[in-house]
Order: sequence, then C-alpha cells, then structure tokens
Amino acid sequence: MELLGLYHYWVFAILLMIGFYAVIAKSNLIKKLIGLSIFQSAVFLLYITMGKVDGGTAPIIQAGVENAVFSNPLPQVLILTAIVVGISTTALGLGIVVRIKEEYGSIEESDIQEIDRR
Amino acid sequence: MSSSTAILVALALPLVGALGIALAARIGNNVREGVTLLTASALAWTVWGLLPELMAGGRPAVSLAEVLPGVEIAFSVEPLGMLFAALASLLWIVNSIYSIGYMRGNRESHQTRFYIFFAIALGATMGIAFADNLFTLFLFYELLTLSTYPLVAHKGDAKTVQSARTYLGILLTTSIGLLLPAIIWTYFVAGTGTFTAGGILAGKLEGPAVGLLLGLFVFGIGKAAVMPVHRWLPAAMVAPTPVSALLHAVAVVKAGVFTVTKVIVYIFGIDFLFAEPSGGWLLYVTAFTVIAASVVALRQSNLKRMLAYSTIGQLSFVLMAAAILKPLAEIGAAVHMVAHAFGKITLFFAAGAIYTASKKTEIFQLRGIGHRMPWTMTAFTIGALSMIGVPPTGGFVSKWYILAGAFQAENYIAIATIVLSTALNAAYFLPIIYLAWFAPEDKTLQNEHGEAPFAAVLALTITAALTLAFFFFNGPLVLLEAQIVQATP
Amino acid sequence: MIDWSVHLPALQVIVPMLSAPLALLLRPRGLAWAAAVAASLFSFAIAIMLTIGVLAGRNFNYQMGNWPAPYGIELGVDAFSALVLLVITGASSLALLAGRRSLDSDIEEERQPLFYAAWLLALAGLVGIPVAADAFNIFVFMEISSLASYVLIAGGRDRRALPAVFKYLMMGTIGATFYLIGIGLIYLMTGTLNLADMELRIHEVADQKPILVAAGFITIGLALKAAVFPLHVWLPNAYTYAPNVVTVFLAACATKVSLYLLLRFDFFVFQPNLVGHDVQFSYFLMPLAVLAILIASCVALFEKNLKRLFAYSSVAQIGYILLGASLVSVAGLTASVVHIFNHALAKGALFLAIACLATRVSGLRLENISGAAQRMPWTMGAFALAGFSLVGIPGTTGFISKWYLISAAFAEGSIGVALIVAIVISSLIALAYVWRVLEAAYFGDINVNTAPAGEAPAGILTVTWIAALANLYFGLAPSLPVTLASSAAESLLRHVP
Repeated sequence: MELLGLYHYWVFAILLMIGFYAVIAKSNLIKKLIGLSIFQSAVFLLYITMGKVDGGTAPIIQAGVENAVFSNPLPQVLILTAIVVGISTTALGLGIVVRIKEEYGSIEESDIQEIDRR
Repeated sequence: MSSSTAILVALALPLVGALGIALAARIGNNVREGVTLLTASALAWTVWGLLPELMAGGRPAVSLAEVLPGVEIAFSVEPLGMLFAALASLLWIVNSIYSIGYMRGNRESHQTRFYIFFAIALGATMGIAFADNLFTLFLFYELLTLSTYPLVAHKGDAKTVQSARTYLGILLTTSIGLLLPAIIWTYFVAGTGTFTAGGILAGKLEGPAVGLLLGLFVFGIGKAAVMPVHRWLPAAMVAPTPVSALLHAVAVVKAGVFTVTKVIVYIFGIDFLFAEPSGGWLLYVTAFTVIAASVVALRQSNLKRMLAYSTIGQLSFVLMAAAILKPLAEIGAAVHMVAHAFGKITLFFAAGAIYTASKKTEIFQLRGIGHRMPWTMTAFTIGALSMIGVPPTGGFVSKWYILAGAFQAENYIAIATIVLSTALNAAYFLPIIYLAWFAPEDKTLQNEHGEAPFAAVLALTITAALTLAFFFFNGPLVLLEAQIVQATP
Repeated sequence: MIDWSVHLPALQVIVPMLSAPLALLLRPRGLAWAAAVAASLFSFAIAIMLTIGVLAGRNFNYQMGNWPAPYGIELGVDAFSALVLLVITGASSLALLAGRRSLDSDIEEERQPLFYAAWLLALAGLVGIPVAADAFNIFVFMEISSLASYVLIAGGRDRRALPAVFKYLMMGTIGATFYLIGIGLIYLMTGTLNLADMELRIHEVADQKPILVAAGFITIGLALKAAVFPLHVWLPNAYTYAPNVVTVFLAACATKVSLYLLLRFDFFVFQPNLVGHDVQFSYFLMPLAVLAILIASCVALFEKNLKRLFAYSSVAQIGYILLGASLVSVAGLTASVVHIFNHALAKGALFLAIACLATRVSGLRLENISGAAQRMPWTMGAFALAGFSLVGIPGTTGFISKWYLISAAFAEGSIGVALIVAIVISSLIALAYVWRVLEAAYFGDINVNTAPAGEAPAGILTVTWIAALANLYFGLAPSLPVTLASSAAESLLRHVP
C-alpha cells in the first residue's frame, strides 16, 4: 500500500514524462510549448503535494485556535513564483511562435528547417 | 651602466628600434636604414659590454615580474647565453648591411615591414639568450616564431604563403604539443624551471621518464631541426636571402640548438644525463640526422636548398657534440655554433649575391662564375671550407674540439659520424668550388653580369674575414665556454 | 554615517534591475543606450568594490529585510562570486560601450528602449546568481536572465535567430525545471533552501535516494544551461544569429554563470555529503569534458561561418573548465575558475573583433573576410591577439589557464597524461582554425567589389583593443584572477573530505 499511497509522486513522474515527450517528439511548435507547460505543471504538483501535511489545514493563524496543524506554506509560495516564471516563459514562447509564423509562414519545425536550408 | 640595466637595455633596444624604423620610414628610406644600423650597433655595443664581467666569472641577472607563483620572467647571463647574444648582435649589423644591398638590388616591396619584424625577431633572440628560466625562454621562443613568420611570408604569393604555413605549423605544433608539456612537467617535478649549473632534475626523475622528457624537449624545440621535425627549414627557403641568413645562421636555428644545449647542461645536467641510460638515444638520432641531411644535400640542385639541408646536418652536428656529454665536446658544441654561424651566413650571403647579380639559383648555372664575381665566390669558398672543417677556417677549430671530446668519451659512433660527415660535406661543396673557378662558362646562359651590389659584397667579405679570424682568435671564447663545464659540480 | 559597503551585494542586483524600467521610459534616441551603459558601468564599479573587499578578507553576508538566515533570503559574496561578478559586469559594459552603432543598425529605433531594458534585466539576473545564497532565489534569477537573453538573441534582423531562440527556450526551460525539481527534492529531505544550511543538513540524509536523484537533476539541469557536451546543441545557432554585440555579452558570461552554479552546488552542497559518491562527479564529467574539448574543436575546424566557428570553440572551452573541475584538486579547480575569467576575456575580445568586421564587410563567412586585413589592419590585429590568447601563446591569458590545467593534470598520473594529450591536441586544432581565419584575412585575395571600405569605427575599435590588451595584461600579470581563483578553489575544496 506504501506504493499506492505515494501516488502523487507517480502522477508527477507520468506528467513529467508526457510533457518531456511532447517537447521532444512533436514538431509543431505550439504542441512543444504545451508539452513544456505540462512538464512544468508536473513540478508544481511535486512541490505542492510535498507541502501537504497529513491532517493539516490552510496555513492561516486564527485567533483563539491553538495547536492547529498547518500545511507547509513555503512550497506554495515557491510554486506561485515558479508558476509566474512558467507563465512568462510560455508567453515569451508564444510570442516567438507568432514571429516565426510571420517570418516563415509555418509553425512546423520540419518546414522551418527546410526553409532555412535553402 | 650596470649589468642588470644592460640586460634590460639589450632587450628593449631592438623593440624601440622597431618603433624607430616605423617612424623613420615616413621620413625616408636612408633614414630608416640608418635607424636599423644604429640600433644594431647599439645592441652589439651593449651586449659585448657584458663580456668582461662574464670572462671574470660574473653572472649578472635581473628579475622582472612574477607571473604565477614560482614562475617568473627573469634574465641572467651565462657563458652560453653570452655567446649566443654576442653572436646574434654582431651578425645583425652585418646582416643589416647585406639586407640594404639585397633589398634595394632586388627592388623588394614592403621593406619597412621587413626591417621592423627583423628588429623584433632580434629582440626575441636576446630574450632567448638571456632567459633565466624555462618559462621566460618559452615566452621569447614563441615570440621569435611569430615575429619571423611575416619575414618568411614576405613575398606574399601563394607558394610562399603555403611554405610559410609549413614553417609556422611545424614550429608552433612542436612547441605547443611537445615543448610546453615538457616545460610544465619539469616545473611540476623539480618545482622550478630556473637554469642551474648541474641541472635541476637529479634525484627528481629517473629511468625511462628521463629519456621521454629529453625527447619531448628535443623534438619540441623544432627550431633545432632534428629529423623528423626539420621540414620547416627547406620550406623557409622561400624567404628573401637576408631572412634565410637570419634564420639559418643568426637567430632561429641557433636559438634551437642553443635551447637544446642549455636544457641539456642546465636542466638535465651533463653528469646526470650521462649516468642515465635512457638519454642515450639522442646521440643516435642526431648522428642519423647529420648523415641523412648530408646525403639529401648531395642530391639538391638548388643552391639554397642544398644550404638548407647542410644546415640541418650542421645543427644536429652541434647537438651530437652536446650529446657526447663530455667537457671537451660541450666546448666544441658551443664553438661550432659560432663557426657555423660565420660560415653559413657567408654562404647564404653569397647565394643571395649571386641571385641578385645574375638571377641564378641552380648549382649547374654557376660554371665559371668565379671570374665574374671574384669577391663573392672567394667568400663562398672560405665558407665552404669552414663547413668541411679545413684549416685555416673556423670550422676546423670546432671539429678539433668535438673530435677530442669524442675520443675522450671513446664514442666511436660519434667519431665515425664526424669523419663520414666531413667526407660528405666535401662531396657536395667541392664540386661547386670547382665549377665556379675552374669550369668554363656555359655559353647558352645569360652571363653578362658583374659583382653584386656593394653593400652585399661588403657584408659577405666581413663574414668571410670573421670565419678566417675565428681560426686564429678563438682563445677567449674557449675560455668562456670552459666555465660552463667547470661549474658543473 | 551609513556604511554603504554593507549593502553592496544587494545594490549589485538592484542597480541593473531598477535601471531596466528606466531605460524603457527613455524614448529619445540614444538615451536608452546611455542609461544601459551607465547602469552597466555602475554595476561594474560595484563588482570592483566587492572584489576589493573580498581580497581584503571581508565576508559579505547580507540578509534581505533583516530576516535572519536560514529563514530569510541571504545574499553572499566570496572570492568565486566576486570573480564571476567581475566577468559579467565587465562583459556587459564592454559590449554596450562598443555596440552603439552596431545595435543601432540591428534593432529598429522604436524597439531600442525595450531591447536595452531586456539587456539590463539579463544583467540583473546574471549578477543575481553569484550573489544569491538561497537556492530558490537562484532559480528565479536564472530564469530572469534566461528569459531576458531570449529577447536579446531574437532582437536582431536575422530571422534564423527565431527558431534558434525557440530551441534555446525549450532546452533552457527544461534545464531550469530540472534544477527546480532538484532543489525541491532537497527541500523535501532537509527542509531548507539556504545553501549554507543545506550543506549542514544534508549530512543526515546524504545516503538516501532522493538526495542522489536531486544531485542528478541539478547537475543535468545546469549542464543544459551551461552547454556541456552533448547538451550544447542550442548554443551554436543562438550565438550565430544573435546580434553581434549580444554574442559578445553572452559568449563571455551566460554559460559561465551556470558553470559557476554547477561547481558551487557540487562542491559546497553535494561532494562532502555523498559518501562513496564523491567520484561520481569526476567519472561522469571528465569523459564529457574530454569529448567536448575534442569534438567541438574538430567541428570548429570545418566551419566557414566565423561566429559559428567560435561558438563551437566556446563549447570546447567550457570543456576545459569542466575538465579542471573534474580533477577535484586545488590545482584543477584553480585552473577551472581562472579559465572562467580568461576565456571571457579571450572570447569577448574575439567576438568584439568580429563585430568590428561586421560593420564593414558584407557577411561573416571566410570568403567575405578574404584580404580584409589590408583595409582593416587594426581590427585584424586585435583579432590576432585574441586568437593567440585562445590558442594559449605565452604572454596571454589563455596560456595561464593552459599552464594551470596541464600542471593539475600532471598530478593525476596516467589519466593525467591522457588528459594532457587531449588538451594539447585541442590546442593545436584551435591553432589551426584561428590560423585559417588569419590567413584568409591577411593573405586572401581582396575582391574590390566587396572589400571593406575602411577601418572599423573608432568607438568599437577602441573597446575591442581594450579587451585585446586586457588579454595581454592579464597574461603577464595575472595576480588578480589567480588570487581569486585559488581562494575560490580552496574554499570549494574545503568541504570535500
């Protein structure tokens, strides 16, 4: 049961690999970006799930409540930052794809390589 | 001035001179030539001024900067370095006189560039001669390679560029590929790279490693032209003759054998190397080069190429003498550096004079030329006799010492090589002398020409006279070089 | 009296970061460039002050907002950081000073403030990494600098920069994400993100799998960013198609910072704690370093485009840095760190000279620069000097690095000999490809129609010569980088058992 209890790690690993596969194997630039997003989401999951304490609640101090068990707030903060970074990266990536479309007329990697070779 | 200052002046002078040449060129060609001669004379005066102190046993030194911990740029003067520096500075004056005649006689282009890099090359030579440790020597050794490249590639046409590429390629490949690891290995093992009497490797290195390190040094010092890293020498023949004279008599090859000798005497130590069996291969390799080069020279029809292979043979002759590892032979090696310099520079000057006057480059074209160019061919004859080792020329003196050293060491290989090479030298020089003086002129060739330009003739007369004078006045030199071997503990 | 020097680490990051929006607001011609130059030079001055402090033995530890470590975010500068800071700010200043006209022609006027803002953000990110002592902070700075550099690379006129930058974005983000996974796992096991604290706490959990996995992820992630062979494939195209001045900046410092981070993590955090695994680092990285050195040099030999030739040369030089580090000795690490400095100087000067050439010639292939030395002697002179430094001719910075590297290799016995052979062979190959360029420029036939009209403009030429002469200066008087490097090597190794 230990193994299944750690299912969040499995999800992390599977999402990671799906994202990675998409980045490498797909030739459409948008699909690559989507893969990259999935890849990054896997990492977000890792952090957030590691912060969850068994039986823990939201990490907000309430007046009058003593000995509350809180989930770890730090990973959540870290992941917010990482999500922002991820968004910026995706936005930049999409901007580049738009420009590539303008310059090359295609967003398939094979087409772009073909055009550059000429 | 004090000796330390003199050393620094000797190094700075050619570089300042180079600057002066660049500026003087704007005023006029004669001013430019004047600056060259002035710089050369000042340099010779400074360097020879150090001689009395050296003869008395002094060893002036100066340290410039510590580049890395334990590695510094420092200079010191000892007998071998003194010999090399004195030789180079003296011959620079003569070479400059000759260059003026040759470059103007052939209406060569880019003369200013030529004189500037010549001066820089001489500056690098001084740095090599006076280097106190391996790092400083390596620094100036590379500077010499780089500064002589524009001289070799002077003509600028495709074939010249190709040959210059061979020149640079072989020299830089050997120095970066073999010499640099050898130097770092030495620093690593001995903790220092300073040239010390008796060597610095005794007790630090033994067995096959000694032979290996020696090999890295000998083949890494490509300027010594030991086979098989000798190919650059014939390739560099595309340069104008004053450059060939500089390369093959004054600076580059002398820097090569000087460096090897210095490494043998001051890094390995004569006694240390003698006791190490793994160092014995040097004798055989150099002996082989002597014979092989002489055989190849026999088969050349181009005069300059023949002289090139003759040089290769003579260089390994010096190294073989050094490899005998006995005091008399070491003295002979040092003395032969001088004798060969005088003789070879005379021969090259003569070859260039012949080309300038008559555009002839092949040996068979020289029939009867002695009557048209008496001064040139007399000088050529003297130089050739010096190469063979006939009295009363300088070459005889050095052969004498080397033979004595070989007998002392009972080194029969060396003795046999000396005898054989003398015979071979005679075999390729005597026919030329015969052709020039005793054969009738070939009427089918263009023969209406006279002597070479005055400056060229003056220069080669001076060097021929030096070759003869060396036979009579070599005492002080021998005394000086004896100091090296006496200092060996 | 306020002691400003205490705040230097923070100022190092804040100055370029705040100047970025400032540059954005400066619309009139040239003002954005001026603001960027000013900020860059100011950062350089701060880096120099930090270096002086470090050399005097001062320990810079700064707590943001006065929150004590390890709860708060800590900034710290030691010898290694100071050296890297000098390289980054120096490269940025030189590149900007030289690049006014070159950038004017490469980037449309209305985009220039945006471009310079991006440059300053890249600078802020890059200097943030050596200064930060908190692992996650490093990640943030790393991504700031990367994203800004993507903008810089794609900013020019060459459309081929776009697919190149897309690939760089993909690989760079994967690298950064791997790094993120790594520090996440470490946080999971030790509960801290502060580097110094991590080092202490990893002790207890050193033999557990997550730490090993974390080490793996971090190493690979940073290797991707640092263009370690065979993860270097984004580099050649990115450097080639970026605007010339951007290449100067990036070639000098972008990958170096990731290498700094790699060394920092592997020696500070991991090495002392991975009992039995301390050789994993060397067994893994040494062969990769050797492959990088040999293969990248060979590829460079056959390249005809100048920028791509020297981009591959950079991959080889990164191999040298890794080789020194993989020897895990003081001599080896000194060689590595000093080469970070020396290579930045050499490559910076080289790419500056190429930028000079680009102002006058029609293209940057070997056939375009044929005979260029006749019309542009000063440019080619600087190029030759920088090229000699790359090869390692004595008297130049490259020689100092080679000396240390070969000395360090000698101490390794028989493996050392093999390494020396590899180093020597690659130096000879470097000689060959530098010589190819010099020969084309000096002895090539000049085509009157496409020949350069004259020498490069004085501004860029002066900066190029400053960089080239710096190679000569630090080749003969390398006490500054050597002192910093030895100090860095010792502190990195102090932690290795």
